[in-house]
Amino acid sequence: MNKIFLIIQREYMTRVRKRSFWITTIITPLLITAIYAVPALLYFAGSDTKTVEIIDETGLFSSKFKSGKDYQFRFIKDPLAKAKTDLKTNGVSALVHIPSTIVDRPNGLEIFSEKSVSLGLQGDIEEIVQAEVRNQRLKRAGIDVQIIEDNRVNVNAETFSLGDGAEKSSNSGVAMGIGYAVALLLYMIVFISGSQVMNGVIEEKTNRIIEVIVSSVRPIELMLGKIIGVGLVGLTQFVLWIVLTVSISTVTSSVFKAKLEAKARTELSSKASRQQVDAAVKQMSESGPGAKVMGIMDSVQSLPWVKLLTLFLFYYLGGYLFYSSLFAAVGSAVESPQEAQQLMFPITIPLILSIMMMSFVISEPDSKVAFWASVIPFTSPVNMMARLPFGVPWWEILLSMAVLVLGFLFTTWLAARIYRVGILMYGKKVTLKELSKWVFYKP
Amino acid sequence: MADFLLEARDVVKRYATHTALDRVSLTIPHGSIFGLLGPNGAGKTSLIRIINQITAPDEGEVLLNGEPLQPRHIAHIGYLPEERGLYKKMKVGDQLIYLARLKGLSQRDATERLKQWFIKLDIRDWWDKKVEDLSKGMAQKCQFIATIVHEPSLIILDEPFSGFDPINANLLKDEILELKQKGATIIFSTHRMESVEELCDEIALINRSKVVLRGEKRAIKRQFMDNTYTVMYRGEVSLPAVYEEIPVDRPEPGVSRVRIRIGEGGSLPELINLLNSQAEIRYFSENVPSFNDIFIRVVGESATEALLP
Repeated sequence: MNKIFLIIQREYMTRVRKRSFWITTIITPLLITAIYAVPALLYFAGSDTKTVEIIDETGLFSSKFKSGKDYQFRFIKDPLAKAKTDLKTNGVSALVHIPSTIVDRPNGLEIFSEKSVSLGLQGDIEEIVQAEVRNQRLKRAGIDVQIIEDNRVNVNAETFSLGDGAEKSSNSGVAMGIGYAVALLLYMIVFISGSQVMNGVIEEKTNRIIEVIVSSVRPIELMLGKIIGVGLVGLTQFVLWIVLTVSISTVTSSVFKAKLEAKARTELSSKASRQQVDAAVKQMSESGPGAKVMGIMDSVQSLPWVKLLTLFLFYYLGGYLFYSSLFAAVGSAVESPQEAQQLMFPITIPLILSIMMMSFVISEPDSKVAFWASVIPFTSPVNMMARLPFGVPWWEILLSMAVLVLGFLFTTWLAARIYRVGILMYGKKVTLKELSKWVFYKP
Repeated sequence: MADFLLEARDVVKRYATHTALDRVSLTIPHGSIFGLLGPNGAGKTSLIRIINQITAPDEGEVLLNGEPLQPRHIAHIGYLPEERGLYKKMKVGDQLIYLARLKGLSQRDATERLKQWFIKLDIRDWWDKKVEDLSKGMAQKCQFIATIVHEPSLIILDEPFSGFDPINANLLKDEILELKQKGATIIFSTHRMESVEELCDEIALINRSKVVLRGEKRAIKRQFMDNTYTVMYRGEVSLPAVYEEIPVDRPEPGVSRVRIRIGEGGSLPELINLLNSQAEIRYFSENVPSFNDIFIRVVGESATEALLP
């Protein structure tokens, strides 16, 4: 037992001391934070205010275009031809021409610009003109616009999940996203750590150190020590990722909050009171794009995180143990990673299959296929994690866990039998058929 | 204390396609250097792996100091395999401490003893080097230290001299003799017969999974002596037919070198008298077969036997 501990220690320390370990450990949380921080940064980065000139031949729109931080709208009376030539020299970003016939012929709207017009600006202008044209046409038809406005309703279904007795607001989009992310993460960790185990075994074999080591410890001790050591490295990395991601996110989100406040303050004029600023911030985060983000945040927070994390740890360990011992067995039978390719497909195919099944499982989390995919140990780690955010009955989770435990006990036993033969076998190209024979060799 | 440090009794080891060891028995006395000889594929490595408990025999048993092999014996055995290697990326010191601890030493004991060895062999500045930065010979030295640092009572060296230059080979030889002096028993597996002549007290020759020759070195030599003598003399000699004379060469004008076999009815004193009375004897020596000769004779004979129907 003491010796297994020594092996675990060595496997762990040599990997954790590597520079590459720390690089991936630090870069990944930065990338995760960047994924949502960059759009927010762009939102605040606010470019220079651009001027847009409008020739409004109808006189209907003067109150409709409201200048903001991004665009300053200016109405001019110049003839179109002159305005167009001026456009080249006066630094105006765009020229909008609203012909007098716009209400009758909505296609007459024109936007001129030196460079191409941004889609955002084009969309905004079209929307404003479209709304007014509609109003004018309704008015012409004798319909009171106000009545229509009053009767405009939005139907947004709110979905609830009834799991665990409590009625919680849920968002299946969010559950889907989380399911995908967690399952993919698990797949990647199992694959990467498993390959590390395999390469470690190959290294010991090609280095020829294996014979010295197995004269001191039993092969199964060496194999288990390596598997546990590498597994702990993966776990360490995962824990560091969570800690770093959470702390970096906390810092960045507080920075954003401060920026949001500052933005609100400048828009309200500097003399605004504290309450006014708070109200504006609140409004910003409750309406428009802010509201959407807050809604997602609510759904994310409504997920059972403790349960998800605990089960993630379990399925990570279970899936890792299940597959890594098979990786170790393959590693023991070959003398180079290239040679391993041919023997790996019984391992990689179920792993890839579980990822392929995942998209179906996520779209139909309560189907029969989803049930079996999350119970059979070859695919259960990835697919159970994908299903979990949608809510899975406890008995199914427990069944799947039990099967996974039995599964990895079996693969470890099987792998150990192949491993003890393989590590001492040199100069022979091994086929899968031969590997299966080794299982029944006497030690 | 048992009569022998190691005793193998009728050990049989079968693999899927062949029998690696066929009723192999041998005894290794305490404090001796024991040569385990045999051609490639004879079964030496299989036997060594069984002694190291890497594999188990299918039949028979191996006793260490009178007790059947069991896991705790691992700490009393040091093994230097023929194909050897270390973790390339690990520092030499860390690596040797790790290997010593796997043999049951504490961290502190391991460090202390290893440091002493590094001082003794004058390789202190290797401690923090990575193995990949060492030359092959340097790595071999480190591996030798790893084999013996836990002061095993049985040391198994498989082709220990391969990869060493003559100076380091001599150094290693001295260390082996010193270990023997301190009471260690050494199993020495090799093809190099000159080191067998030099170091071994007893040998066993394994061929085709069987022990074909075993015993004390001198006794075996005596067994293979064919009662021939090499003689150099000046002058002319004629001998009776019991003394079969085979000319070898003429190293100088008038000097003959011959091999003489003493046949049935002849005797050594008579031969010397006969020679002395006819010529001037320059050189006279009994032909002692080298282990090289013995090896070739024994292994070669069975090879020809195998070719016969």
